[in-house]
Amino acid sequence: MAIASVAHTGPAAPPPAPAGRSRSLTPYLLLLPGIAWLTIFFVVPIVTLFGTSLQVPAEGGETGVFVQAFRFANYVDAVTEYWAQFSRSFVYAGIATVLALAIGYPLAYMIAFKAGKLRNLLLVLVVAPFFASFILRTIAWRQILADEGFVVSSLKWLHVIPQTATVTASAVAVVAGITYNFLPFMTLPLYASLERIDPRLLEAGSDLYGNGFTVFRKVTFPLSLPGVVAGTLLTFIPAAGDYVNAALLGRQPGTAMIGNVVESRFFRIVDYPTAASLSFVLMAAILVLVFLYIRKAGTEELV
Amino acid sequence: MADDTGGDLHLRDVTKSFGTFTAVDDLTLTIPQGSFFALLGPSGCGKTTTLRMIAGLEEPTVGSITLGERDITHAKPYKRPVNTVFQNYALFPHLDIYENVAFGLRRRRAKDVDKQVMEALALVELPHLARRKPGQLSGGQQQRIALARAVVNRPQVLLLDEPLGALDLKLRRQMQIELKRIQTEVGLTFVHVTHDQEEAMTMADTVAVMNNGRIEQMGAPSELYEAPSTTFVANFLGQSNLVTGRRIAADTETVTVLCHGQTLHVPVSRCGTEDVDVLLGVRPEKIHLGGEAQEVAAGLNSFAGGIVSDASFMGVSTQYLVRLPWGQDLTVFAQNRGIGEQYPVGSRVTLSWEPAHTFALAGDATAGVESDLAVPVG
Ligand SMILES: Nc1ncnc2c1ncn2[C@@H]1O[C@H](COP(=O)(O)OP(=O)(O)O)[C@@H](O)[C@H]1O
Ligand SMILES: [Mg+2]
Repeated sequence: MAIASVAHTGPAAPPPAPAGRSRSLTPYLLLLPGIAWLTIFFVVPIVTLFGTSLQVPAEGGETGVFVQAFRFANYVDAVTEYWAQFSRSFVYAGIATVLALAIGYPLAYMIAFKAGKLRNLLLVLVVAPFFASFILRTIAWRQILADEGFVVSSLKWLHVIPQTATVTASAVAVVAGITYNFLPFMTLPLYASLERIDPRLLEAGSDLYGNGFTVFRKVTFPLSLPGVVAGTLLTFIPAAGDYVNAALLGRQPGTAMIGNVVESRFFRIVDYPTAASLSFVLMAAILVLVFLYIRKAGTEELV
Repeated sequence: MADDTGGDLHLRDVTKSFGTFTAVDDLTLTIPQGSFFALLGPSGCGKTTTLRMIAGLEEPTVGSITLGERDITHAKPYKRPVNTVFQNYALFPHLDIYENVAFGLRRRRAKDVDKQVMEALALVELPHLARRKPGQLSGGQQQRIALARAVVNRPQVLLLDEPLGALDLKLRRQMQIELKRIQTEVGLTFVHVTHDQEEAMTMADTVAVMNNGRIEQMGAPSELYEAPSTTFVANFLGQSNLVTGRRIAADTETVTVLCHGQTLHVPVSRCGTEDVDVLLGVRPEKIHLGGEAQEVAAGLNSFAGGIVSDASFMGVSTQYLVRLPWGQDLTVFAQNRGIGEQYPVGSRVTLSWEPAHTFALAGDATAGVESDLAVPVG
């Protein structure tokens, strides 16, 4: 007893400092590479980009020479001028996300519950398109959706679409391209959350008087919500900023999305401030939408 | 839901095969309405498959299942007045306890859902947990909720698949008593699957012992224990001493068997075989141990010349292993009543017991002994 109290109060009880300190530092050391990476390749460019978005053309200078200023009106100008492309981006991305969900959900459901031995093969097939170049595949869709091509002429022959319809270089082609290109990003998270569902829960649902559709509505679908949220975000966010599909499958300026504007401002017209402010507005708009969406989907479903 | 007339559950010649493997083999059972029926057997013997066929989650390959007058062999699970308490509870993780219990009522558009849910939660003594999620409950609480979720629908038959398997021993004993109370209170037919013979015997009115997809024997617990009709039942339900012998005579009352030179008697009613080669059985607690010189009363069966090879004191009783002249060890339980002798290891003893406690069987002496059961519960 006495010894113990001496040990507690006496100066001769050094805390196991070195071990303790190194242990508490370990997490930070482990975070260091990640933080360094993000600082160099994300924070710094973002700050630079923000600076660029406020620049004004150098007086009497050549095209493409800008000086630093704080012209926030750049933002107002950008949004007023490209309002149409902004809304088009979100509409196209929204439609493509809904289509990808409509195609991806049954696909993921079938792979998770009905595929049996074929499951792994089907999963490989879902990601197989990534083995070929994104650009090449998108150009291939130009052939597939050509007005004189097999698909469109068959649909016309079947009277599914009117004889006068044209798909080449239309909004339909752009949305189809986006849907196709982002389908795996929708399907894989859906599959992951469906596959985790314990089949006994579905049996419990039917044991408790739920028919097939009710069990889907009350058990399967709610349990797959994390996958729905993840899949729609992974599709919608890149789709809203995409410019390849609109560039290769659409027609300018009729189907131009905001990504196309940013691209041409940066590389063709060399109007860095407008391009930078458009990028910022796009980022902010996506953040707000995602925030609202997650709030509505219920954060607790995400864990 | 249950009504009083003709709600018996019948399984007739039910067989279930998975490919070439027969999980349930030509099973015929009648489960009277309102009874507590236990299906007892080792892991993998086809208990779950049998329940799943009654629930409609599996279709019999051959045979029919009727509930009262109604043939439900091919009815969809959601169209049967049958509910299941699943082996791992299968509570819906995204719904709170209240909605879990209300699930079946809502599907059937029941009136006064609230009243019935709260009554069911009161029955399992957990009404205060209504707004929790299943993940926040302990195993024992989840088990009760799974029971409430099934019972609230007042099915004609309630199926319980090893519902206590995941609980520790103390909670298990407590839940056994509660299950029994709830069954008495609601008066439903319970079909309770277990691999725990003590659980089956303490809870059920009728026990069916299952092995390799077949029913070995069915009856009241005491009947199965006192007069097992197969060696599997003799070994699986409690312990048995089985000694090989030859039938040498029989009259209308008694069969006489010669075992290793000793003449023993079995009542005809307890002789389950017509073969000449038989296994004679007696339960360890039915055997009386006497000293070597002690006279055996007339009319008792006995083996002389035993040597105590092991004696383990177990509190209420002492378990002896007695080595007989032909090298077989028999188990004897002697109650520690403080009267009568204790026999240290090496003592020479005589074993004796009533012919009425003897049973005779055909077959393999080792079927159903514990070593068969050392496989994980499935
Ligand atoms: N869907 C199935 N496919 C193939 N074999 C199965 C299937 N379900 C059960 N079995 C087999 O049937 C046997 C009985 O299983 P089960 O009824 O679950 O046993 P118990 O519940 O008595 O432990 C086991 O050998 C098991 O492997
Ligand atoms: Mg089982």
